[in-house]
Amino acid sequence: MAQIFRPSANSVAKLSLLSFVIGVPTVWLAIAGLSRSPANTKVDVPLNQPVPFSHQHHTWELGIDCRYCHTTVEKSAFAGLPSTETCMSCHSQIWTNSPMLEPVRQSYETNTPIKWNLVNKVPQFVFFNHSIHIARGLNCNICHGPVNEMQITWKGNSFQMAWCLQCHRAPERYLHENKTANTQTPRQQVFNLYWELQEHGIKGLPEDEKVLATGKFEGSDEAADLEAGKELIKKYGIHVQQLADCSVCHH
Amino acid sequence: MTKQNKLAILGFGVLALGGCNTDMWRQPKQEPLDESQFYADGAANRPLVPGTIARGHLREDDAYFVGAANGKWLDGFPAGIKVNRDLVLRGQERFNIYCSPCHGRLGDGNGMIAQRGFTLKRPVGNYHTDRLRKMPVGHFYDVITNGYGAMFSYAARVEPQDRWAIVAYIRALQLSQYANPADVTPEDVQKALDAKPAGGSATMTGMTNDSKTRLAQK
Repeated sequence: MAQIFRPSANSVAKLSLLSFVIGVPTVWLAIAGLSRSPANTKVDVPLNQPVPFSHQHHTWELGIDCRYCHTTVEKSAFAGLPSTETCMSCHSQIWTNSPMLEPVRQSYETNTPIKWNLVNKVPQFVFFNHSIHIARGLNCNICHGPVNEMQITWKGNSFQMAWCLQCHRAPERYLHENKTANTQTPRQQVFNLYWELQEHGIKGLPEDEKVLATGKFEGSDEAADLEAGKELIKKYGIHVQQLADCSVCHH
Repeated sequence: MTKQNKLAILGFGVLALGGCNTDMWRQPKQEPLDESQFYADGAANRPLVPGTIARGHLREDDAYFVGAANGKWLDGFPAGIKVNRDLVLRGQERFNIYCSPCHGRLGDGNGMIAQRGFTLKRPVGNYHTDRLRKMPVGHFYDVITNGYGAMFSYAARVEPQDRWAIVAYIRALQLSQYANPADVTPEDVQKALDAKPAGGSATMTGMTNDSKTRLAQK
C-alpha cells in the first residue's frame, strides 16, 4: 500500500495547527469588532432622509427647543416625531418655494405622512421609555450624541444591550445634577444644559457639563462624582438592584 | 465515524442555526408611526374617527376647554385653574418652547422665526399693545387652540392645562413690559441689579441686560 501522507503533510499539519491557534481568535475578534463597528451599528453614520432636515440649523442656529417638535418626550415612551403640520407651522410662511421642502408640502397637501428613515431603533423585544430617562435628568446628548451639531442626523450611540447596561448596572457613574440650577427638577435640567450651551458656548460650561454637551460622556469614575451620583439615586428613588433585571427592558 | 453519527452532528448543527433568526427583532406588531402595507395611507397609526371621545374625557366645561362662556371670551381664568407661581413658571417653560420661536422671549413678536421672515403677510403678534393688553384671557387661549392668521393651531402640541399656564405667563409678560416705576421699591431695584445670572437659569428666569439697564436708569 502506498504512503497516505506525503512528506509535505508535516508542514501542512504544523501550519494547520498554527492557523487554528491564530485563525480562530482572529475570526472571533473580527466578528466581535465588526458587530461593534459603525458598519453594523451605524453610529456616527449620517442617514439620508427624504428631506435633508438639519438639527444643527433648527436647534443651534434658530434656538428651537427639542420639545417644539418632539412633544411627547417628557410624558411618553415615544419621543414623538413631528407631524407635517408642525413643519408647516413655520414653513407655510418661510422657504415656501424651496425644492428641498417639496416632500413636506406634498405631504401636507395630500395628507400622507413623510416616510422618514429611522435613525435610532432597538429590537422590538426591547421596551424603551423616554419619559423615565428624562425624569431622571439624563441629557438628550448622553444617548443621542451632539444633536445640535448634526446637519444630517446620525446615531449617537450603538444602543446595543452592552451599552445600555453600562448605566443600568452603575447609574451613579452617569447621573448628573446641574449645580447652577439645582432648584429645577431633573426634567427641567435636561433641557437647561442646552440653553446654557447656547448662552455660554462650549468653553463657558463647567468641566463636568462640557463632556455631557459633546455627547461623548462615558460615565465618571471619580470619587466625588460617584458620591454625588449615589446621592441622586437616593434622591430620585431609583431601585438600582432592579435596574438591570431582564424584565425592566424586556417585559 | 459511522454514517449515523455524521448525520446526527449535521442535524444538531442545522438545529443550532435555527437560533440565528431575527423574528423577534421585527415582530408582527406596529409601533408608533410605523409604516403599514395594510392601510391605504401607508401608516399604521389610525386617525381617530371624527367626534371620538375617550371615556371620561367629554369636554363639557366650555370655560376650561374653549376659553369662552355664554358666547364671550373669558375675562378671568376658569374655575379649574389656580393662578399661582407654579402655574406661571410652567407657563414660562411652555411659552419658551412653543411660542418664543416667533413671539420672542419677551412676547414682543421679535422671535428668531419672525426675524427669519414670518412677517410676509403681517407681523407676528406683539403682546405689548393696547389692543392685546385689554384682550380677555379667553382670546389667548382660543388663539393657542385654534390658531390665528398665519399661526397654526397648537392644540395637538400644548394641552389645555398648559395653554392656561401660557396665558398666565403672557399676562405676566405684559405686566413686566408695561410696569410703572411706582410698582417697585428701591430695594427691589437694588436686589435685581445685584442678582448674578446663575448659569442656565439666567436664560429661563433672569432678566436680560437690556431690562437691567432700563431699571438702572430710572
